[in-house]
Amino acid sequence: MARAVSPRRKLINTGLAWAIGLLIFFPILWTILTSFKTEAQAIASPPLFLGFDWTLENYGVVMERSDYGRFLMNSIIIAGGSTILGLIVAVPAAWSMAFVPSRRTKDILLWMLSTKMLPAVGVLYPIYLLFIQLGLLDSRAGLVIVMMLINLPIIVWMLYTYFREIPVEILEAARMDGATLKEEVLYILTPMAVPGIASTMLLNFILAWNEAFWTLNLTAVDAAPLTAFIASYSSPEGLFFAKLSAASTMAIAPILILGWFSQKQLVRGLTFGAVK
Amino acid sequence: MATKASRSAARLMMAPAVILLLGWMLVPLIMTLWFSFRTYLPLRGGDQGWTGFDNYVRFVSSSAFWPAVQTTLLIVLGVLVITVCLGILLAILLDQPMWGQGVVRILVIAPFFVMPTVSALVWKNMFMDPVNGLLAHLWRFFGAEPVSWLSDASLQSIIMIVSWQWLPFATLILLTAIQSLDSEQLEAAEMDGAPVLKRFFYIILPHLSRAITIVILIQTIFLLAIFAEIFVTTGGAFGTRTLSYLIFQRVLESQNVGLGSAGGVYAIILANIVAIFLMRIVGKNLDT
Repeated sequence: MARAVSPRRKLINTGLAWAIGLLIFFPILWTILTSFKTEAQAIASPPLFLGFDWTLENYGVVMERSDYGRFLMNSIIIAGGSTILGLIVAVPAAWSMAFVPSRRTKDILLWMLSTKMLPAVGVLYPIYLLFIQLGLLDSRAGLVIVMMLINLPIIVWMLYTYFREIPVEILEAARMDGATLKEEVLYILTPMAVPGIASTMLLNFILAWNEAFWTLNLTAVDAAPLTAFIASYSSPEGLFFAKLSAASTMAIAPILILGWFSQKQLVRGLTFGAVK
Repeated sequence: MATKASRSAARLMMAPAVILLLGWMLVPLIMTLWFSFRTYLPLRGGDQGWTGFDNYVRFVSSSAFWPAVQTTLLIVLGVLVITVCLGILLAILLDQPMWGQGVVRILVIAPFFVMPTVSALVWKNMFMDPVNGLLAHLWRFFGAEPVSWLSDASLQSIIMIVSWQWLPFATLILLTAIQSLDSEQLEAAEMDGAPVLKRFFYIILPHLSRAITIVILIQTIFLLAIFAEIFVTTGGAFGTRTLSYLIFQRVLESQNVGLGSAGGVYAIILANIVAIFLMRIVGKNLDT
């Protein structure tokens, strides 16, 4: 909405908003900058902002030392796997709730939401024990399942709100014109549902990527994703700011980029359609 | 119209999701309840039988309990006040006409996408380190003694880190709500000479009330469960042990599963009280 305001006010707005925006973004910017410094420059006093010798050395050190590739792979497999598995389970469910609603649809949706509210710490030991018994501790498969389950309510909800926006009249018109069920799904429903499904995928990939309770508690070495990789830097060891920054930058860069595409979906997905 | 056949097909399509979530909810819940009534020390004798409500009484009467409740409340309230107040102001600002609005939005939202272990470690080391942290440099620049943030002002530091993570969420949702405000109404009020503060309290704030409630409820549920931020910064030391963290320590660190499970049941009840209010609002919205 473009309200007409005086150029002076617009200038003030712009200045203020940019200043605050940069302040909020600053820790991320600082991390990225520090990742290109040497360890000595990273703790130089006074701090160096741009006038330092840019180096890629830290990235090399981090990759070499800690097998970054494996952690990255684990993150991708856990976040990607749980998202795809979640969609396979959630798409039919959300579909039927949106197009064949019954008296209980609302109750089921709210109940699903309530499972998301269960505090993880309250069920930590049972899950831990089940994981040991089933040999799932520190396995990717185990984490894929847990991530899928904790995000399933959000996936169903998001898909449901998207599917509900597809007008039923179009389906009826297609049926009148003699479209078969296969044609209906393939040519009418799928194209209309794809944007919603894609948004849901994106948000859930991000949520699973950043999840840091189960990933820290249920992994040790083999299945540890990037959240655990970063946590391994929590005990300081000599000069390590630049290495920590490089590791952090590598862990957040892919998600920052994806995240910027998903602002709108974020609101829908995390408020369960209550704010539009 | 839905036929009988399509109804049973619909039920079939829903079944996997419902069954999975039912299992995910019930199995661990029943196990936690079961353990909470037993003396169960996996490393020191295993399951030693029923104790009735002993664990529940001991969890509440342990010297760590009330400080943990206090810490939890302070963190939740502190973060809520900061994120909601700043979120409202920021949302109003971002709604104003300006150059480069899209870029500013991206800058403001970015912290939400940073994984909790990264934001906690970056703040802990690069900002709050008492020797080499950026804040220490800033303090020295103004001739002040640098603060050991995470030991001397531990709770404030955690609140600060968590607020930084959640401010984008509050801002984004409130901004979405503000943008749905009828701008004609605001312009009319402006024309009629209503001062800025009056416009804020009589038009903008009432319009935002529902979004604010939702932000508060959703954040409360997530804030009650913050873990990584404490795990990698203080490890629960210096008075930063929240209720969740206390339960985690009882269960996994001291391996007293019975006691920890009783704590878990308390946490579940607490979260459910908040959740009921959230579900009411969401449920109402479903009808329209």
